[in-house]
Amino acid sequence: MPTLETILAGVIVVSLMWYVLTGGADFGVGIWHLTARGPHAARQRRLIADAIGPIWEANHVWLIIAVTVLFTAFPRAFAAITTTLHIPLTLMLIGIVLRGSSFALSSHAVDRGETSRAQPVFAASSLITPLWLGVTIGTLASGRMGGGAASFREGFVDPWSAPFPFAVGALTIALFAYLAAVYLTLEAREDDLRADFRRRALIAWVVFALMAWGVFEWAATGAPVIRERFHLFWWGRPLVIGAAALSLGALAALWTRHYRLARVCAAGQAAVVVGGWALAQFPYLVVPNLTVTNAAAPATTLRLLLAVLVIGGVILFPALYYLYRIFKGGVIMGKPGQRPSSSDHRTG
Amino acid sequence: MAMSLGFHIIFAAIGIALPVMMLAAEWRWMRTGDETALALAQRWAKGSAILFAVGAVSGTVLSFELGLLWPEFMAWAGPIIGLPFSLEGFAFFTEAIFLGIYLYGWHRVSPRAHFAAGIVVAVSGAASAVFVVTINAWMNTPTGFRLVDGQPVDIDPIAAMFNPSALQQVIHMLLAAYAATGLAVAGVHARLLLKDGTNVFHRRAFTIAFTVGAVAAVLQPVSGDLITRAVARNQPVKLAAAEAHFHTAAAAPFRLGGWPDVDTQTVPYALEIPAGLSLLLFYDPDAVVTGLDAVPRDEWPPVLIVHLAFQLMVACGLAMAAVSLWGAWRWWRRGAVWGSRAFLRTVAAVTPLGFVAIEAGWVVTEVGRQPWIISGVMRTAEAVTPMPGLIVPFITFTTLYLVLAGVVVVALRRHVAATPGADRRDERRTGRADA
Ligand code: HDD
Ligand code: HEM
Ligand code: HEM
Repeated sequence: MPTLETILAGVIVVSLMWYVLTGGADFGVGIWHLTARGPHAARQRRLIADAIGPIWEANHVWLIIAVTVLFTAFPRAFAAITTTLHIPLTLMLIGIVLRGSSFALSSHAVDRGETSRAQPVFAASSLITPLWLGVTIGTLASGRMGGGAASFREGFVDPWSAPFPFAVGALTIALFAYLAAVYLTLEAREDDLRADFRRRALIAWVVFALMAWGVFEWAATGAPVIRERFHLFWWGRPLVIGAAALSLGALAALWTRHYRLARVCAAGQAAVVVGGWALAQFPYLVVPNLTVTNAAAPATTLRLLLAVLVIGGVILFPALYYLYRIFKGGVIMGKPGQRPSSSDHRTG
Repeated sequence: MAMSLGFHIIFAAIGIALPVMMLAAEWRWMRTGDETALALAQRWAKGSAILFAVGAVSGTVLSFELGLLWPEFMAWAGPIIGLPFSLEGFAFFTEAIFLGIYLYGWHRVSPRAHFAAGIVVAVSGAASAVFVVTINAWMNTPTGFRLVDGQPVDIDPIAAMFNPSALQQVIHMLLAAYAATGLAVAGVHARLLLKDGTNVFHRRAFTIAFTVGAVAAVLQPVSGDLITRAVARNQPVKLAAAEAHFHTAAAAPFRLGGWPDVDTQTVPYALEIPAGLSLLLFYDPDAVVTGLDAVPRDEWPPVLIVHLAFQLMVACGLAMAAVSLWGAWRWWRRGAVWGSRAFLRTVAAVTPLGFVAIEAGWVVTEVGRQPWIISGVMRTAEAVTPMPGLIVPFITFTTLYLVLAGVVVVALRRHVAATPGADRRDERRTGRADA
């Protein structure tokens, strides 16, 4: 029986996983927005807008859930993270604000013709947020947050300003772009668009695979505590093999145009990457000082929080299923023609 | 933090109230088949969507900002007040899901299911305000723990949620959101009606928005009276600051206006109503009212700011209630609230007052609590992040919020500019049917 602390840490990881799979893909979509060109550019952008619209806010709440659970259950860790990583987190928030602004401006605009001015912002924010999210995670994993803060540099800059956290940041960008391209092959209805995104998904696959391998190797020096656990524990090898298998599965499915399978494999691959990182870091919240035990809130709080999460989940998951069934039913479950078109909510 | 919240509260208030108006319009369409009401519901739904997207972003920023700026506060209070924050998270999530269904689902779900989705949006919007205001109420009147050596023990998050200030603050905040948004939207449409008095769309919009706003605005002074008396009981120092009441005394006077001077502890230029404060607070002209002298000088909040903000809120509240009663009278005598230009002009004039009152009210609550971040337990200065050069994050976050505010203004202006008012005239000219 896992402890309350473990379960709640698990909730944080699962929320982050969902955030990567949904919100992450949203940023990834922004990256492709940036590269949409050629004769299909306008239609590519339209596809992107239609795919995001109805589920945008829901995608982004996952991050909020992760944060609220973190500060309720592990307040010391939250305080340590937000203090030391003040700068990267603020930069990430800037990205989120810009992303939300451009979404609010373009997606809910009365006239779609006016949206083009927001597009560069959309695209830029799509790079900023994953980069700094990755830097944050890379720093937590690296064990560079242990030292005392003698000066501003030592306390607030040095912990994250190292090559390894930035490598994780770059990897995050690649992951988001890869996920988005794979998803969009499925969202596209016209063959030529689908072919465009298939090509991109394949390129992104190569980039992500190389980078993932590189970062994993680099972790031996960049995040040694975590990296050696892949050797120490029984799950290390299966996890790496699993990620590789899913990755190859996604490649094969893309190659043979089995887009639904590709999506499942790519999402699974991302989930394994996030989950593997979490497992390797467990029980540390911040390597090397704070663990799920020594940073935890009192048991009363943990119990109530878990109760709230369970009750909330019971309400939320059916609702979320309903939402996806209405708008993504056609895409995910293979029912025909159930996609919102951009004109839908305007004319009513 | 205060800046961010000052912005956020505006998005939040609109996010609470606009869905109610949108539902009222949809309801009218479902009952009567009135196409104008449908167009209105769709317009307001879009407005809600813009506000919600921006609200979501500003909320994300806030949840990090709590730690970025007040790590000690969060480390200390997280276990006690984290619960309502998590509940708030779920309320937002529910709202996000059903807003998606409402906005994009006009053709995908049945009208009934669609309306029901709208109800969920309105209820979860209000719920998020309820949860988060209980947190603020806890900072004012902390309960649900015992202090041992400066650390909280025997934590009871439920008792913390149901702290003595929670109920009054929740009621007051919800009414504030409905009153401010309702009258502000009514004010915008009043302005448009003054330009084009025959526009059916604006008449409908004006009626619904004004009704929602007026009902809340009439109730607000009642709630204000209740909350003031609760503050007198639970946070006497805040009340003393709000009333510029320096010396504990029986038969305390009520002061209207004035410019409190903390050095001389007098209030020049005030209109004093003898025994007025004792009477208002305790229904007894001889009751003793605690003054600022009950606590050491270094625990006084900035009296001038709190007093002026309080007066401003009350003045706005009374003006809004008066306009609302005028409207009710017109409706009772004439059967319709719109029509009189003088009335429309007045409503247009009170457009911003609700939001002014909200900001002023929060200044009373927050500045009136200083120097404490958690009343009597933790000082604001102890809670702040150790990071030097705090001016930089201050400027950063202020800029971010200015960007968001700019986004809202641009998006909403486009939105209002595109109301069917303009199209309608075109259609009449070209003889096309209404879409
Ligand atoms: C439309 C907005 C609005 C209006 C018309 C009023 N208020 Fe208000 N007031 C608020 C909006 C508000 C607020 C912004 O929503 C506050 C800040 C914190 C809270 O819970 O509500 C608030 C707080 C607040 C407090 C401090 C509560 C605390 O710190 O615990 C008092 C004593 C009053 N109000 C009293 C009044 C009175 C006597 C009014 C007479 C008409 C009044 N308010 C009108
Ligand atoms: C749940 C809601 C809220 C929480 C948890 C909260 C938290 C805080 C905290 C931590 C402080 C002390 C630090 C500071 O000076 O910035 C503060 C002060 C302040 N808050 Fe809030 N706040 C809330 C709502 C609001 C709202 C809606 C406003 C709207 C205007 C607001 C306005 C202010 C102001 C003006 C101060 C400055 C007081 C001073 O230093 O003199 N707060 N609040
Ligand atoms: C410290 C204080 C606060 C935090 C951390 C916070 C957090 C948040 C978050 C995370 C969201 C986004 C929800 C989403 O993504 O869907 C949000 C929106 C919202 N907040 Fe806050 N909030 C705070 C203060 C307040 C206050 C004082 C109120 C109101 C009284 C309020 C009412 C709302 C409402 C109604 C929404 C929904 C937005 C909409 O419908 O437009 N919040 N807040």
